[in-house]
Amino acid sequence: MSLAGATSPLVETRELRKLFKLKGGALLHAVDGINLKIFPKQTLGVVGESGCGKSTLGRTILKLIEPTSGQIFFKGNDITALNTRQMRPMRRAMQIIFQDPYSSIDPRKSVIEVIAEYMFIHRLFRNRRGTFARAAELMDQVGLARRYANLYPHELDGGRRQRIGIARALSLQPSFIVCDEPVSALDVSIQAQILNLLMDLQDELGLAYMFVTHDLSVVKHISKEIMVMYLGQCVEKAVPEELFANPAHPYTKALLAAIPRPNIRLRNKEIPIIRGEVTSPINLKPGCRFAARCDYSMEICKTRDPDLVEISPGHFISCFKENLNRSNEGAASR
Amino acid sequence: MGQIANDVILDIKDLTVIYKTDLETVRAVNNISLSIGRGKTLGLVGETGAGKTTTALSIMRLLPTTTGRILNGTIYFDGQNLLDFNDHSMQSTRGRLISMVFQDPMTSLNPVYTVADQIGETIKHHNTALSKGEVSAKVDETLSMVGILPSRKNEYPHQFSGGMKQRVVIAMALCCEPALLIADEPTTALDVTIQAQVLAMMRDLRNRLGTSMLMITHDLGIVAQTCDDVAVMYAGEIIESGSVEDIFTGERHHPYTIGLFNSIPNLETSVKRLKPIPGLMPDPTKLSNGCFFAPRCESCLDICRESSPPVTSGGFHRIKCHLCGYDGR
Repeated sequence: MSLAGATSPLVETRELRKLFKLKGGALLHAVDGINLKIFPKQTLGVVGESGCGKSTLGRTILKLIEPTSGQIFFKGNDITALNTRQMRPMRRAMQIIFQDPYSSIDPRKSVIEVIAEYMFIHRLFRNRRGTFARAAELMDQVGLARRYANLYPHELDGGRRQRIGIARALSLQPSFIVCDEPVSALDVSIQAQILNLLMDLQDELGLAYMFVTHDLSVVKHISKEIMVMYLGQCVEKAVPEELFANPAHPYTKALLAAIPRPNIRLRNKEIPIIRGEVTSPINLKPGCRFAARCDYSMEICKTRDPDLVEISPGHFISCFKENLNRSNEGAASR
Repeated sequence: MGQIANDVILDIKDLTVIYKTDLETVRAVNNISLSIGRGKTLGLVGETGAGKTTTALSIMRLLPTTTGRILNGTIYFDGQNLLDFNDHSMQSTRGRLISMVFQDPMTSLNPVYTVADQIGETIKHHNTALSKGEVSAKVDETLSMVGILPSRKNEYPHQFSGGMKQRVVIAMALCCEPALLIADEPTTALDVTIQAQVLAMMRDLRNRLGTSMLMITHDLGIVAQTCDDVAVMYAGEIIESGSVEDIFTGERHHPYTIGLFNSIPNLETSVKRLKPIPGLMPDPTKLSNGCFFAPRCESCLDICRESSPPVTSGGFHRIKCHLCGYDGR
């Protein structure tokens, strides 16, 4: 891929799988064969509806959840088999920002203590003074006035709390951060403040993000590359401009069409609505995961998993119908 | 608002609501006026804490009794002031003439009753003469109207998905064919593809039954796609209102409305940086005498900090701003 340039990926997964065992031996396919590469200083957007496995993917990459199979590489090293103790030094380089700024922060610690906590755990400074001085610097960096240092989280609003979560993730100077829906609990005007902050920090500190969200407009804004997930699998992957101009997978098309646009000229346009709801991820049979809701599904879709095929440079999709159409067009033009 | 009274289903004038506790007084809704035309949908837009839900609860007369207080104003529904109703007449209005869909479908259904019981309860309450069989037939009819197979009516809420539950809640609200439906963020808890299904269904039902709607949302996209008129709320005030054309394509806007539009990442255009509104909504326990938006406003004048701006109008479009209001008020 042209994006890659000469640099090697910071984070890479190969055929990553996480199956949860349920009562009675059933298997829930949360993440089902994901291959991805995230390069330094870049953002991979991961979009999908609730239950598609996007959060599990983020947590599995950080090894907060043990993968069932597949491999995870960080800076070229295979970290799949590392145990908790061996992971600890790696954690300084890979952090996470959680969705809910209300429940992801210890309510009994003051703002500055929350921010300093990770630095104490990793013994970054020899004394408390140094740690708190650094925590205060971090508050400046994320735009939290120092007068909030001794307040408790419940005294702050959602936007400011999310800034605490960001400062805490930055405290260990990571090179990679998983942002798990960091703005979906916030109001639009605050959402924009936090998105701008995350992009500024990326420029300043050279961070790589994996940005997990259900909101396509947010991911378009912030990503270098976007991966659309459906039931644990990647259905389409491309750079934002390409994905929004030429969505190829029927699911991506439906997802894009379903977003209500703030434009009254599109008011009475008939939008294609996909039928039904996400099928259960338990004990999945082979075949395209989207086939049950797809208007174009064919016999083959229900028997075999489609492969992820590159249809134009850097644009991958996994769909039998689209690939068939394209190869027919190709044959006709020849 | 320049309409004949008969065409107006709901007319709110100068409504002020506070929440009073021993410690503080929250000024939740400050002197708002709005009206909904018969068969029309009004979008009430604003961020968390702007007073949208409080406005809806005042119409339903469901404000918390210990703290919530309506200080002044009138709410005329179909020619009658709802604030003069006693509890009994309010009970026969709620659910029959005006009903409400709440934001979270997961918590607004009772987990220990079947779906049929819960819809049937509303029907029975308002039509005491109906026999068991007739109520059951009406439940079936309502469920199929919102796209749920009547064969599932004896299931419990937990057996339905989020989108299906929200359909059940909408079915409950529509089973007596109310004249006014208040929808408080009906799709916020749902995924986009399910949201599209529910919105399309609501639009379809509105066209078929001619229901007027108050659509409460923070999503300008939903407003653009479903509403006829729009009112933008900020800190308990309506700072701008008008038709969707006024708000989405008009030239003249309140600075907050402009800020709101600049904050949303747009799918059609690409900008490198979003332009958020700096700062936060003021604390509703400590509101100033001036314009409530002044501390965050880029074009704030001296007068903005001192006196509350008047509402000025150009036709149906109204703006509450010293700078951007219509001249020759």
